[in-house]
Amino acid sequence: MTTHPDPVRESPEAFPVAPAQPSPDATAPLAAAARHATARAATDWTDGVDTVPRAEDTPEELQPYAELGLLEDEYDRIRQFLGRRPTQSELAMYSIMWSEHCSYKSSKVHLRQFGEKAPPSDRLLAGIGENAGVVRVSDELAVTFKVESHNHPSFVEPYQGAATGIGGIVRDILAMGARPVAVMDPLRFGAADHPDTARVLPGVVAGVGGYGNCLGLPNIGGEVVFDPCYQGNPLVNALCLGVLPVSRLQNKAAVGPGNVVVLMGAKTGRDGIGGVSVLASAAFTEGSEQRRPSVQVGDPFIEKLLIEACLELYDAQLVAGIQDLGGAGLTCALTETAAAAGTGMRVWLERVPLREPSMEPHEILASESQERMLLVVEPDKLDAVLKICEKWGVLATAIGEVTPPQPDGQPGRLLITWRDHLVVDVPPGSLVDDGPVYARPMREPADLILLQADRAETLPRPADPDALRETVLRMIASPNLCDKTWITEQYDRYVLGNTVLAPPEDSGVIRIDERTGLGVALSVDGNGRYARLDPYHGAQLALAEAYRNVAVTGATPIAVTDCLNFGSPEDPGVMWQFAETVRGLADGCAELGIPVTGGNVSFYNQTGAAAIHPTPVVGVLGVLENVADRVAMGFVPRPGGDHDQLFLLGETHVELSGSEWAWVTHQHLGGVPPQVNLAREKQLAGLLADAGRVGHLSSAHDLSDGGLAQSLVESCLRHGVGARIAVPERFEGGSMPFVFLFSESAGRVLVSVPRGHEKAFTALCEEHGVPWELIGVTDPAGGALEVHGQFRIHLDELRDAHTGTLPSLFGGVQSFTPVPVGSPVAESSAQATADAAEADVTAEVDSLTEVDIVISNEDADEATAPGPDVARGAGQPAVAMGDRPAEPAGDESDAGSESGDPEEPAASDER
Amino acid sequence: MTARVGVVTFPGSLDDGDAARAVRIAGGQPVRLWHGDPQLHGVDAVVLPGGFSYGDYLRCGAIARFAPVMETIVDAAAGGLPVLGICNGFQILCEAHLLPGALTRNQHLHFRNRDQLLRIESTGTAWTNTFQPEQKVLIPVKNGEGCYVADTATLDELEAEGRVVARYVGGNPNGSQRDIAAITNPAGNVVGIMPHPEHAVEALTGPSLDGLGFFTSVLKHLVGAPA
Repeated sequence: MTTHPDPVRESPEAFPVAPAQPSPDATAPLAAAARHATARAATDWTDGVDTVPRAEDTPEELQPYAELGLLEDEYDRIRQFLGRRPTQSELAMYSIMWSEHCSYKSSKVHLRQFGEKAPPSDRLLAGIGENAGVVRVSDELAVTFKVESHNHPSFVEPYQGAATGIGGIVRDILAMGARPVAVMDPLRFGAADHPDTARVLPGVVAGVGGYGNCLGLPNIGGEVVFDPCYQGNPLVNALCLGVLPVSRLQNKAAVGPGNVVVLMGAKTGRDGIGGVSVLASAAFTEGSEQRRPSVQVGDPFIEKLLIEACLELYDAQLVAGIQDLGGAGLTCALTETAAAAGTGMRVWLERVPLREPSMEPHEILASESQERMLLVVEPDKLDAVLKICEKWGVLATAIGEVTPPQPDGQPGRLLITWRDHLVVDVPPGSLVDDGPVYARPMREPADLILLQADRAETLPRPADPDALRETVLRMIASPNLCDKTWITEQYDRYVLGNTVLAPPEDSGVIRIDERTGLGVALSVDGNGRYARLDPYHGAQLALAEAYRNVAVTGATPIAVTDCLNFGSPEDPGVMWQFAETVRGLADGCAELGIPVTGGNVSFYNQTGAAAIHPTPVVGVLGVLENVADRVAMGFVPRPGGDHDQLFLLGETHVELSGSEWAWVTHQHLGGVPPQVNLAREKQLAGLLADAGRVGHLSSAHDLSDGGLAQSLVESCLRHGVGARIAVPERFEGGSMPFVFLFSESAGRVLVSVPRGHEKAFTALCEEHGVPWELIGVTDPAGGALEVHGQFRIHLDELRDAHTGTLPSLFGGVQSFTPVPVGSPVAESSAQATADAAEADVTAEVDSLTEVDIVISNEDADEATAPGPDVARGAGQPAVAMGDRPAEPAGDESDAGSESGDPEEPAASDER
Repeated sequence: MTARVGVVTFPGSLDDGDAARAVRIAGGQPVRLWHGDPQLHGVDAVVLPGGFSYGDYLRCGAIARFAPVMETIVDAAAGGLPVLGICNGFQILCEAHLLPGALTRNQHLHFRNRDQLLRIESTGTAWTNTFQPEQKVLIPVKNGEGCYVADTATLDELEAEGRVVARYVGGNPNGSQRDIAAITNPAGNVVGIMPHPEHAVEALTGPSLDGLGFFTSVLKHLVGAPA
């Protein structure tokens, strides 16, 4: 590949036109127009390009602002800023910069709370408003992380949509000066057995994998959630984590008049002009419909080279400012970098390397071609920059220079020429900071009261051992709870050699300093059903779950990122959900003492009138001083047939509304979600960090969707180690064992404690004020999960149920092998020894369990009083279910009733 | 004196840092080599790491084999220089005709990453001499195009000459013929392996420490080799 020196200093001529004076009166240029309009023929305009002089001369020319998504008063405002009508290029720039996606015009008034309520933090080096938040984790090192959406493109073209979602967030992280070190992918799809899900999911997974694997970034976690509300609006969110020396932090400000503006990376093409696709419609040029694929196409190889080249540039201290090109492409990068510094910029647009030479200025400015970065470089460092780019085979081209602020101290102007014609002359801040801001009307959705009254606690529950056994097997095989190996094994988890924990663990854990063992834990979580029932607490539940998932590894949570996925902000009900979500999240972060460092809002996830559930996806990052201390989720085999004790931390109430069980079994969504107790979450996190550090824990696993039963099964299957559980006395009788196993009460963790550590551990629980209860023992030799007096299910049966679902839905028979622990040779899988030893050990375990449970109940009864709901949980009168939103019964493989739902969004609806 | 083991970085190499770490943990001195530099800088052995060289948009490894450093490596391999190609490195070795056969798209058409059990079939190579015959090792496999294919005559020849270095056991992750995971050249100094031994060298980050054997083997080989 070639590198283009082409320094700006050698520009053939000085810029000929003086900047227009902004005028408050949009009609001011009319006089000038009157002078010139008759003198110019329509074909006389400078190669057909709409220039600034032409715009001055033709103030009445009709412009397609409405088709570009601008309101009339927004268009008037542009004319005010410019003192004339915008040129075609300027209109394109304003329309994309003032779009919801770029301007956050509907969300801004709410998002302010993240800053206003943020707890003080001395770790935060860069926060909201930067490409990504940066958090200091040691004297020398910082990490940066952010989650972003790429929902709409992924529905239209799953592979490229998802791939470029990864590419985009990786460049955000790179722009902060960090080396990207891991990615995560929270994904949401329509019903698992819907035909369109079979199109979208494999494509999205292949795209996430195809891009991330080729970039050499381990995928260390994510989510896969199925719900009919996402049928026409799958959610593809992507998170990236980066690491940087504190001293390498980069800034996007285009500082230093005279500095060179360098465009680096891929050539610019006509891809990704989707947001502004009507640009090339009749009003501008005719017959150009066929040339606009609206989804960007990714090239991970170029991005990999871009990463290596940028890092080398940073280390050589050659960069004065840097910004990635993502949504809104060059327009966004030029205006944001200039606005951040208060400087102006002079750009020669014809210098931008093009994939298609026929591209027009507005297309070049709006193109969202991937794998590009904008650098600001001191002139005497330009040669060194170009040399490094050449070494990595990355195209780099000087396209402009930074210009000083106005003589009167006002910020500089952005002047862009195209073959010597001035096509853009704007104050950069007017696009970035002075866009419209709306306090949109909000109203609690009319159906919410009835929805909340329709409680799942009133639904019929399994009340005998056989029904409970069947429920366990059916739940662990349901699409949201089943094993996700079919997806996660399409992702590289090993590359870079620092992955300490990856799926199916609760958090991804990455070592960031090989010398000291310093590492970070990351988890992303969300629950759209909870948020639908109560957006304020639903957001806090998502936060609490991510926080807890980080805490179970032993890490200390320190920072938050969020991706807020919603329907249309023009719907007052959606706007209310959004406002409540932000309020809940900001309050929650304040209480937990961890700041939101950045994130993303995705509106318009809506097909017709059917919006998705409000879906805040929350990422929490924690620090582990030494990753060797991390605690994993699986029960650990003990060679001597020894048993660890199983403790349930936290309190279990009768909380079934919004639960996975209510959905899978009854296709029910109603009631209010589980209570949130953030103070308890903090206590838990403190306990788990302390207990993990001193070796009290052999495993720790968060309880969330699917309750205790799900966590038990997952911890058993991880390394093929069984367990024996006794139902506490107060959960005996009727359907109470079911409640014990399937309630989704928050603030709970299942831990296993090695022999000899029980007393110290329970003392530590008391010290931290965390309720605990001994519920059983691991049973390495038993090969089964047994709930005393209820059922015993062999691990093979559990495994078959848990792992068969996705392969049967999406193809390819997968064999699942438990991961051996600490034994280099996996062949010694516990099976042989287990079979031999089973008989005599069973009896021993039996007696152990009995004794342990008796002891535990004495201690636990006062710490864990039954919740207030317990007594009346089963006896509530049924509430009419007619008013809850119809949901197709897609999750049950045997239901087959999706055709019966008139409200199911049309999957093929293109937007 | 510590053996110097070169690790080549092509544009798009991903596991080069991991391979260098594995060399270091095994007790060798990793030396980074650059694809555009034909010099081997006096290294005693070379690792071609995993990744997507040049994006692998053509056949995997098809462009990398033309890199200046590869010309030198092909010559040096003929002279006995130990060369280990891992994943993309294996593909490059096949494209460079240092090893027979080819690696094609996984039969199930998905990228697949899992902890894979292998059986070491040949301990006579420069890279496997510290293993026990028939030893089973657990090594991560991760590839989209790891399905080893060759014509029957070639496969029979590999088997007859004991040049199948490792085979998949407990399930074939990509459809490779005769479950072949690794092969060697007739002299035993060039080995191509699809799974990633460099990802199984630390208890903290790998499923086992079995991968270390490949790197300690070459160090042992170098000590025993005539100067």
